[in-house]
Amino acid sequence: MSDMSATNTTHEASMGDYFALLKPRVMSLVVFTALVGLLVAPVPVHPFIGFVAILCIAVGAGASGALNMWWDADIDARMKRTAGRPIPSGRVQPGDALAIGVALSGFSIVLLWLATNFLAAFLLAFTILFYAVVYSMWLKRATPQNIVIGGAAGAFPPMIGWAVATGGVSIESVLMFALIFMWTPPHFWALALFVKSDYGNAGIPMLTETHGRKATRRHILAYTLLLVPVAIGLGFTSIGGPFYLAVAIAMNAWFLKGAYDIWRRDDAASDADKHRTEIKVFKVSLYYLFAHFGALLVEAALRLYGLGGW
Amino acid sequence: MALQVEHELHGRRKKLNYGVGIILIGFIAIVFGLTVVKVIQLGDAGKFERFDHVARPQLIPEEGASE
Repeated sequence: MSDMSATNTTHEASMGDYFALLKPRVMSLVVFTALVGLLVAPVPVHPFIGFVAILCIAVGAGASGALNMWWDADIDARMKRTAGRPIPSGRVQPGDALAIGVALSGFSIVLLWLATNFLAAFLLAFTILFYAVVYSMWLKRATPQNIVIGGAAGAFPPMIGWAVATGGVSIESVLMFALIFMWTPPHFWALALFVKSDYGNAGIPMLTETHGRKATRRHILAYTLLLVPVAIGLGFTSIGGPFYLAVAIAMNAWFLKGAYDIWRRDDAASDADKHRTEIKVFKVSLYYLFAHFGALLVEAALRLYGLGGW
Repeated sequence: MALQVEHELHGRRKKLNYGVGIILIGFIAIVFGLTVVKVIQLGDAGKFERFDHVARPQLIPEEGASE
């Protein structure tokens, strides 16, 4: 039976379609932040074990992406941005995506445990569960704060990287988690202000739709204000230093100025200049995260030569 | 009439099959590499030594010997 159905399939899934299930773009951010978490930790890790750990974290993140696509296939089909994804476009069967998601989750968690330690594997399992169940199945369709709480899933990778090296959780890894967690809402809401989305058609309560764009502008400023002490505070821990602090102060001033500009203007002004400020702040938010984690990496490199740190 | 040895499906899925093959080889390489690294990290391979299907009397601590 399966042979017949397979031969008759017009849109046969390719390797690329299965790879697309893993959300490679999200994966690249996960790899970068997890790698920084691993490299800045005070305990050295064998390069091969480090490589396997990062691979496991990337595959685990990809598996949660596949589970998300399996669960959200109905709403993905209703939105222009996501209608071309492998499941709604019919190239991959939902059951296949579920099987890939579950199998890769299991493989990545067990292999990470065997290669490193229980805590790192537990954190990876928790991240997958959080993204697939708490965010995708529960919060995404239930509350406009979906981005806020769902952002936690994207914030875990540096904490897992740190746990791979140290086998524990510390103030440094908690602050790296908090940095991404607090950064996610203003980053996504800035995007939501200038991208014409069809979340409404799909029945997803986005803040711009449920509370209006003015409230979204207010939220961006509020969350950016809360983000600043986290980013600066990280500079005073064992992984921070003068270089990180200088970068953090500059980037936070830039991001905060952008958030203030967004809050100060209204939709009429935004439409008039084709959302120039909102687009700029979104771009700044990307540089912001890259600069902070890059600066942590520079501090770690400087420490190797007896420089950096406090 | 030529005898069709390979099913048309196999030709169509060649790329996918190669992809799966490469992933499986990669997985084996990772498990092998991990084993090598973990054993080397022990420093003394003797720590890794166990009975391994054959009784090794020298691995049994002597009676009365302090640990």
